[in-house]
Amino acid sequence: MLIHARGLRKTFGDFEAVRGIDVDVPRGQAFGFLGPNGAGKSSTMRMVAAVSPPTGGTLRILGMDPAEQSSAIKARIGVCPQEDTLDLELSVRDNLYVYGRYFGLPRKEVRARVDELLAFVQLGEKADAMVDDLSGGMKRRLTIARSLINRPEILLLDEPTTGLDPQARHVVWDRLFRLKAQGVTLVLTTHYMDEAEQLCDRLVVMDKGHIVAEGSPLELIRAHATREVAELRFGAGGAQAEHEAVAEQVAGLADRVEVLPDRLLLYSDDGERTLAQVHAAGLRPTTTLVRRATLEDVFLRLTGRTLVD
Amino acid sequence: MALFTAAVAGETARRAARQGSPVSAVEATRLLVWRNMLAYRRHWPIFVTGFLEPVFYLFSIGVGVGALVTGFEVGGRTVPYAEFVAPGMLAASAMNGALYDSTFNFFHKLRFGKLFDQMLATPLTTMDVARGELSWSLIRGGIYAAAFLLVMVAMDLVSSWWAVLAVPAALLIGLAFGGICMALTTFMRSWQDFEYVTLATVPMFLFSATFFPVSAFPEWLRWVVECTPLYRGVVLIRELCTGTVGWGSAASVVYLVVLGLVGLVVVRRRLDRLLLA
Repeated sequence: MLIHARGLRKTFGDFEAVRGIDVDVPRGQAFGFLGPNGAGKSSTMRMVAAVSPPTGGTLRILGMDPAEQSSAIKARIGVCPQEDTLDLELSVRDNLYVYGRYFGLPRKEVRARVDELLAFVQLGEKADAMVDDLSGGMKRRLTIARSLINRPEILLLDEPTTGLDPQARHVVWDRLFRLKAQGVTLVLTTHYMDEAEQLCDRLVVMDKGHIVAEGSPLELIRAHATREVAELRFGAGGAQAEHEAVAEQVAGLADRVEVLPDRLLLYSDDGERTLAQVHAAGLRPTTTLVRRATLEDVFLRLTGRTLVD
Repeated sequence: MALFTAAVAGETARRAARQGSPVSAVEATRLLVWRNMLAYRRHWPIFVTGFLEPVFYLFSIGVGVGALVTGFEVGGRTVPYAEFVAPGMLAASAMNGALYDSTFNFFHKLRFGKLFDQMLATPLTTMDVARGELSWSLIRGGIYAAAFLLVMVAMDLVSSWWAVLAVPAALLIGLAFGGICMALTTFMRSWQDFEYVTLATVPMFLFSATFFPVSAFPEWLRWVVECTPLYRGVVLIRELCTGTVGWGSAASVVYLVVLGLVGLVVVRRRLDRLLLA
């Protein structure tokens, strides 16, 4: 196990950010921490990155205790923090070069890796630009390139695509796929369901400092949701009271019904059939949508809340 | 005793954290200094203006006002006024050099640039960061002082070979000011807090025997002034430039070194607290 945690806890004063979690990440796996803001994902990541001492429980990274060998651990992991912490006073190339030297890597070796990584994240043409002149997506890619300079055995990515436009997200995902294919162990946090489904072999759903479910994306969907979901909207404003009333009428048509402020979710294995039954019952929703169940539905089921407000 | 035990335990843990680091303490310090040099490549005018300020004072007060003043007695010998002021300005330039990077720039790196967060994701430790940044501060102070010494030599304001040691002495001033200012900066919450730094450094610059001897003060005030780091630096450098070195000089050296090292330890502990929570 590259990462092994038992009863891992983290408190800040009275606030319990992480309340005793067990995590095991084997080599080569893409592992995800999924949850809303404040679920304890980032606190967990900081502990794994050896920059935040655990309050309780055991934690081993690459077989080492971060309290005793943080430098040795950091030498072998890559960190892509939630906020880009690039060196704004240096050029793109120097950002990678200087960072590589912090790992004690020889000059010649770092120089070769810098060129290789700039090509990998498609920033070769921007090598001599200052960091401030880069777009958000480019900065993110540079941060990812930087986290790879020491050829890490574990790559930690805290919300790798938050704040990026869809196109930039896809570029980042593509690079992460390639790394995964190369056998790099990825550990990422996200509150984007599609990101977790695309990238993660296995994930844990976190809520209020606890792990509330664990498995592959497919396993979780199977265990906690149906195959399909029919979404219904009534009325222009979508008043919740109105939805509550409708919910009672359609309760028998689906395995489960969720009432959200702006829509109703009907869980069943055949969404189209459910929708036909809704119409047959004389209900006239203003808009409808049938889709496959996602991790978003899993999260809703487990916590009663949506992920992104 | 409990406090001492806790301190020892803390230090032991800190040493252990370094275990297996691929970067030695010396190499880490060198890397941080080098990083700052790279960053300044684009900002060399800022680097130069910091040096010019004490030079202007030397010309305006030392040479200009000096034409109206006969001079002061230093170590039983009367020195011309410009020669009296020049060592004070050399000490002030070392202070200035150290000040920039240990206050504003350090604050920016710590709170906004997230530069140290970045470094701590690598094998570098908080002690590496503290030591590296302090080294850069004192080197900058040293560069200013060395350049200032050349100005003094060119103007024939140096009367002893001891003056060669003014540069290492200036490094000590840089060490003391860099250490203390970085330590204080870790407690600052906003840019406004830096007014306190100005409030402390401007009087020091004006009254630390820079422009006139402390004998002008009443006894109690004289004691206060003699305890300030800039005063210790000024008299040390004046003693070197005029060749009047004595035991008092040694005391100044010890004082400045202790201040710098205390600052360094405080900075390291504060960085642990702020960045490794």
